[in-house]
Amino acid sequence: MVKLASEAEAAFSSFYEEMKTKGATGLRSAAWDAFSSKGLPNRRVESWHYTDIKAAMSKPAPLAIGRAGVETARTHDSIRLVVLDGIFRPDLSNLSALPEGVKVQSVRDALAQGTPGVMALIASADVQTDDALLSLNAALMQDGVILRVGGGVTVEQPIELASITSSDEAQSSFTRSLVIMGKDARATVIETAGALSAASIQDNQALIVRLAQGASLNLFSHATGQSEALVRVMSLVAHLDERATLSAYSLIEGAGLLRRQIFARLDGERARVAFNGATLARGRSHADTTLIVDHAKPNGESRERFRNILDDTSVGVFQGKIIVRPGAQKTDGVMQSKTVLISDSATMNNKPELEIFADDVQCGHGATCGRLDKDQLFYLTARGIPRKEAESLLIEGFAIEAFDGLENEALRNFVSERVTKWMSGRTA
Amino acid sequence: MLQIKNLHVSVGDRKILQGLTLSVKAGEVAAIMGPNGTGKSTLSYVISGREGYDITEGEVLLDGENILALEPHERAAKGVFLAFQYPVEIPGVATMTFLKAAMNAQRRARGEEELATPDFMKRVKDASAQLGVSQEMLRRPLNSGFSGGEKKRMDILQMALLQPKLGILDETDSGLDIDALRVVSEGVNSLRSPDRAFLVITHYQRLLDYIKPDTVHVMAKGRIQRSGGPELALELEKHGYQEYLAEEAA
Repeated sequence: MVKLASEAEAAFSSFYEEMKTKGATGLRSAAWDAFSSKGLPNRRVESWHYTDIKAAMSKPAPLAIGRAGVETARTHDSIRLVVLDGIFRPDLSNLSALPEGVKVQSVRDALAQGTPGVMALIASADVQTDDALLSLNAALMQDGVILRVGGGVTVEQPIELASITSSDEAQSSFTRSLVIMGKDARATVIETAGALSAASIQDNQALIVRLAQGASLNLFSHATGQSEALVRVMSLVAHLDERATLSAYSLIEGAGLLRRQIFARLDGERARVAFNGATLARGRSHADTTLIVDHAKPNGESRERFRNILDDTSVGVFQGKIIVRPGAQKTDGVMQSKTVLISDSATMNNKPELEIFADDVQCGHGATCGRLDKDQLFYLTARGIPRKEAESLLIEGFAIEAFDGLENEALRNFVSERVTKWMSGRTA
Repeated sequence: MLQIKNLHVSVGDRKILQGLTLSVKAGEVAAIMGPNGTGKSTLSYVISGREGYDITEGEVLLDGENILALEPHERAAKGVFLAFQYPVEIPGVATMTFLKAAMNAQRRARGEEELATPDFMKRVKDASAQLGVSQEMLRRPLNSGFSGGEKKRMDILQMALLQPKLGILDETDSGLDIDALRVVSEGVNSLRSPDRAFLVITHYQRLLDYIKPDTVHVMAKGRIQRSGGPELALELEKHGYQEYLAEEAA
């Protein structure tokens, strides 16, 4: 076994010893080896340069244990599947509302059973991409949900994957969920990550999305934090076959450190992805969105549109890379990140990258960072709107732009309400 | 209604307004004409309260009250309205949300009750019908993707809804074709009333064929050089501004 030096890596090693007794030994051991050879990334690792995860995770808390008697408030009109403190909870989920053609299984059960096809799906993220935190997630995963939407099935009501931490004690959790959509299946999934307490939580969660030919998934992700001591890494690993469509929107707010990393591979012709989102950060929070969109086949389309609003001494990170593989001709990619700094002490790090190995493609990116527009502010105040209210209108408008095209009206309203609420919490 | 006394304004080291004095009575439409770069737009911004201007001397009185220390939104609530030469696009802010926020903010500032939604909707509907502002325009984000004419009509719609005491039209004719100019002018004319004054800033006579002024003031070199009736505008159209510029230089 590889010798690990730091306190963190020693703690992870003991988690690994515990988790490898719970099935999927081969999968876990391969992932553990992959993690051990890399270790927690320091800032010299390029993709983690702006987020010092090694420092943030220097003292992991004990592994989460599921607990009973927790009430969780519903925020969305959805069929809800709850993962509480790292464990899938059928008792808190409304499985009976699942329509025909939709199946749910716990990852824990799947790992215990070890069916090869299912194991391959669970491990598919680690085949597609190589990231230390994702390897750690595979080695230590405790539970999660496998959601399957059968071929040709259209699910009208959104299905929510709610990941909630409730502990008042510091804890670490590792969860991995999957959304597997059959040919021409259609669904909306809401992914929420929230904390009921202000405890010091380290949460490493992965969502694997696999879309078969012609499948279409609308994914709405909402992450909130209660504590400055929260460290959350959310990985989304998406794989798309021919003509599949993934349309993703995210709203990230709250305290602590949050890294959302997206790895999307367009592995069939005419696959389309759109990643859009707004990040609202204040206090000392650190919000990192890092994405790699990998066009492997021709005629693919990708759109990324992110808005960051940073207050106080918060730090934002946007790293976006579009890869166009040889032969992925006629790829059409546009990536945009815009930031408004509403405090002099906030910091934004923007790093767009294009790696293009095909000659007949259209790819572009743009990144801006600045203060609120003075002309717009004057226009609004000259109409009688007080300055603070005018700033709020502009900031809300700026954030909402990222959600143009989000068809679900309830979700649009949800975003508006959250942004308005966030703005009303401004101190200065 | 509006009294400007010996107003001196600089931007950085540059003196723009140099002792401007002007008086506009309630019910009066006063045209300010002058060549480009003479401070006409500065005057409109200073009255409405834009940042970035050093007011070194003088005062601007609205109904006897000096408004120079007030914030732009406070001046608006007291009845100052600037129709912009180039209204800005604000993507992301819904037009209706903005209109309601503006009307209610002014009402709150004056101690009046906020408008109920049906009342608000009716007012917008009536005013937009008159100005040819379509429902489709109202559904878009504020001024986003609007043509020049659409933006000006949206500004005049706001003026109709906010019912100011003093309407300042800053080069309202710029970027307008004849048809748009007519619609906008009719909108302004319908708002003329004995208790409302207008300051119409322009460097062409053309606009004054549509909005007939009661008084005409020639502005050059940062102050009013000459005042008169509507006939002064026609004279300027014939002879240009050379006389005022030369006079000043001599």
